[in-house]
Amino acid sequence: MPEHETAAEQTTPASDVGRFLHRRREQIAQRWADEPLFRTVFTVSRDEAVEAGRVLVDALAQVAETGRVADTDAAGFTAVREQLTGMVASRARFGLTSGQVSTEVDGLRPPAVTLLAADLPEATPEHLRECTTLLTVLMGTLRLVVLETSLSEGQALIDRQQLELMEATTPVIRLWDGIVAVPLIGTLDSARSQVVMETLLESVVDQQARFAILDITGVPMVDSLVAQHLMKTVAAVRLMGAECVVSGIRPAIAQTIVHLGLDLGTVVTRSSLADALAYALKRLGADIVIAAPGGAGPR
Amino acid sequence: MSGTVAGVEARMPIRSDLDLVWVRQHVRRAAAALGFGLVDQTKLVTAASELARNTLVYGGGGEMAAEHVRDGRAQGLRLTFSDRGPGIADPERALSDGYTSGGGLGLGLGGARRLVHDFSLDSTPGVGTTVTVTSWAVRSPRQREEPR
Ligand SMILES: Nc1ncnc2c1ncn2[C@@H]1O[C@H](COP(=O)(O)OP(=O)(O)OP(=O)(O)O)[C@@H](O)[C@H]1O
Ligand SMILES: [Mg+2]
Repeated sequence: MPEHETAAEQTTPASDVGRFLHRRREQIAQRWADEPLFRTVFTVSRDEAVEAGRVLVDALAQVAETGRVADTDAAGFTAVREQLTGMVASRARFGLTSGQVSTEVDGLRPPAVTLLAADLPEATPEHLRECTTLLTVLMGTLRLVVLETSLSEGQALIDRQQLELMEATTPVIRLWDGIVAVPLIGTLDSARSQVVMETLLESVVDQQARFAILDITGVPMVDSLVAQHLMKTVAAVRLMGAECVVSGIRPAIAQTIVHLGLDLGTVVTRSSLADALAYALKRLGADIVIAAPGGAGPR
Repeated sequence: MSGTVAGVEARMPIRSDLDLVWVRQHVRRAAAALGFGLVDQTKLVTAASELARNTLVYGGGGEMAAEHVRDGRAQGLRLTFSDRGPGIADPERALSDGYTSGGGLGLGLGGARRLVHDFSLDSTPGVGTTVTVTSWAVRSPRQREEPR
């Protein structure tokens, strides 16, 4: 497939990342086979691990091509949900919490990002940055899909698991220099909201973040208490000198919020994590004229 | 087609935060089984969450009863939250938006009333409070719309 100088005009970062995943399918699968997640699940043969990796790369490529990189319901994920369920179950039998599994899934991101940078030597720093961001979001969504899987696995939650999930489902992801995000999954009760707030504020300080994104795509319901927790978190982030964006308010939840009479007026909201990230990047770009060139990618 | 839909009827205790999780989960599943669409499920679950928390926080605990109700071909879900707590002296004020005696947003009761089709509040100071809500599914049971 010929690369055009003006490719950026016809191609989107999503389609570029999709093509990259197809092109480098084999290398990515090979590298992933050596990551803890695949190594420990496929103990019988390495070939099995590589094959599973290929299937996963294909699924991600499909998601990228449809442009729904922040959507855990994207069709591409359906194909691998069963495989992921099996992998999660296998890790759970080893005694790993969903948080630890989630960290292992995150381990798949760096090799993919490294290959992406090597794959686009001609790309402008700007374009490379966009593609890297997109791939990072995509890998974050994969992580969400895996978390969802582990949640539905254990429908019959007992108190102890409930507590584990409370911590496990509040990973703070660094999306970019100065931008952190927490994808929330499950209902934000008082205890969890406390954990979320503390974890988020800590990482705002540690990462010197200017933007914190609270993604509630995985939150099934927003009632007055959840809303109150969200607003408190937003206010606390503001006090730390950062701006908070709430993303992923689904249509059913938006309608409910309106009927409930909640006023989220002062909270910046975006429909998807990708939109929130774009908003934050734009705001950062407006303040900081040039981001560190080249190696400004995550990690 | 007049059989009961499995997994709808239930009596559930409301004694802890974790019970609120079960209540929400039950309402979600029962509503889905009765053919509620995603938006109507979410509305009813949210109303149930508000009312169950009031039962716990202000009523000192109590229970929720879920019933499958029918009107002709229409399928509905009725939820009754009851406690033997202090009761509500001034229901009008309690229902008004923004009124709270406990540091909340004061939106629970009024919001729940707006989120359901039928709402009734019956409270006697010193005896307890019962709130009953009913919502109706637009579709027939089991033709369940998956959130995908
Ligand atoms: N079951 C109950 N028993 C006694 N008092 C109640 C009960 N339910 C509600 N109330 C009273 O009605 C008030 C309003 O309730 P509502 O649910 O609207 O607001 P809230 O619980 O204070 O705040 P929010 O629900 O927005 O977090 C409560 O503050 C409480 O004084
Ligand atoms: Mg309330």
